[in-house]
Amino acid sequence: MKSELMERAAPSTTLWNQAIASALSREEPIETVFPERVRVEDLHAYFGRTHAVKGISIGIATNRITAIIGPSGCGKSTFLRCLNRMHEVVPGARMEGRVLVDGEDIYAAAVDPVEVRRRIGMVFQRANPFPTMSIYDNVVAGLRLNGVRNRRVLDEVVEGSLRQAALWDEVKDVLSKPGTSLSGGQQQRLCIARALAVKPEVLLMDEPASALDPASTLKIEELARMLRETLTIVIVTHNMQQAARVSDSTAFMLAGELIEYGPTAEIFTRPREQRTEDYITGRFG
Amino acid sequence: MDRLMRWLCLAATLVAIAPLASVLGYVILQGASALNWDFFTHLPAPVGEPGGGMANAMVGTLTLIGLASCAGVPVGILGGLFLAEYGDGRLGWWMRFTADVLNGIPSIVIGVFVYTFVVVPMKRFSALAGGLALGVMMIPLVMRTTEEMVRLVPSRLREASLALGIPWWVTTLRVVLRTATAGVITGVMLAVARIGGETAPLLFTAFNNQYWQSGLDQPIASLTVQLYNYAIAPYDDWHRQAWAAALVLMTITLLLNVIARVAGRQRFRAGGR
Repeated sequence: MKSELMERAAPSTTLWNQAIASALSREEPIETVFPERVRVEDLHAYFGRTHAVKGISIGIATNRITAIIGPSGCGKSTFLRCLNRMHEVVPGARMEGRVLVDGEDIYAAAVDPVEVRRRIGMVFQRANPFPTMSIYDNVVAGLRLNGVRNRRVLDEVVEGSLRQAALWDEVKDVLSKPGTSLSGGQQQRLCIARALAVKPEVLLMDEPASALDPASTLKIEELARMLRETLTIVIVTHNMQQAARVSDSTAFMLAGELIEYGPTAEIFTRPREQRTEDYITGRFG
Repeated sequence: MDRLMRWLCLAATLVAIAPLASVLGYVILQGASALNWDFFTHLPAPVGEPGGGMANAMVGTLTLIGLASCAGVPVGILGGLFLAEYGDGRLGWWMRFTADVLNGIPSIVIGVFVYTFVVVPMKRFSALAGGLALGVMMIPLVMRTTEEMVRLVPSRLREASLALGIPWWVTTLRVVLRTATAGVITGVMLAVARIGGETAPLLFTAFNNQYWQSGLDQPIASLTVQLYNYAIAPYDDWHRQAWAAALVLMTITLLLNVIARVAGRQRFRAGGR
């Protein structure tokens, strides 16, 4: 009985070890190599009276993947939505603090949130292609609804973005089909292509694979690793293996606070905080 | 007990359907015999002369529906958008309440209202006044259906659009409203079907006209008012034409309802390349 349980547990342990190993193999002194793209200073976010994010300060490196992990309800999604001013879309939501992108405060009075969101794209937990639009129209939605009409430009963007999102070969013959006719994993990559089409500098991913099967999840992760070459990525996930597999640095959040932040390999192998260790070893959360 | 209940329900349904079916049957029976080509192509004949048709009234009804839609549909849709997007506060509550009350107001009251504020200052009955009265009736219907349909659009679509750096107003019109289009069209069609059969608000706004329309500031004929006039007249020939008008009116309403259903079912239309 006992050995059977062990055996069943074995594969996941192996997976886990592999994830850690891959994190270790990527260990490098990130602060020196990659300059900071985003700096967050003392960020507080609220929903009505609920204090969801409590004073987070963090720097996010260019062309790296930063993972934010933590149990459900710890404020990680809210934090992410503060980075492209999507938090304020929710009724009753407000925030304090500063978010600097390339040294410029995106919450300054003169800054248009619409401009901010063009520079900082977002992919959501559930794939949300526009149901009234074809695959083609979905990809160019961000351009077309902002007035770009030139057919040649749009064609190029569609192919480029779909290639970047590793979806081109699967959909190049069915571009006029509805975006919602694709499978879940394809829909999520379509949403990534749609976000890439507006050429953002930073891509925020809010649990992009949590609704997908393992194969699609791996595809999204590979994709993130590839996109890192040209983009700065922040990924929120409750899947710690995923964080270990894809990210370069990891932030651990608990109850709205930032507990620990550092290179992924360090966080997962020698966390400085007891609470981080408890979480990643599965003692709670 | 269960069987008794079932029989009661069945009986009630039959009682409900019986008058409807007999009205339909009788109108078709009476109307079909009076329908002929002249009815669709000729003007009403002078009193005492047999024959003639209601061509002008049919065009008139369509004109009135068009005018009413011009007034009622944009206001209704934008109002519905407002209710769906910002309607959670006190103002939204009052707007919704007012719309529901307006929906329940007897249509003749709206006719009197338009008479006082449009017909009297203009010093004449007109197509414009008739269209306005019908348009006012459309507003609450269109507004409430638009609101409901827009509320059905998942907020993740709105978020997806906003996150692409698409401004709020473009998001609202081209993503949210676009997604709700099928439902909104259904609402508009049902509203059109509803006002197409109205007589009371036209009696002292559009009045009536035995001839072709000469301008939108002139009185205009409509099937309903013509039907009313012919039905209370003492001539048999006119009675038959009234039945024919009833049949045509019913057919138009039926068609609009069918179109509304079909439009409502069609959820996706590929944009193509």
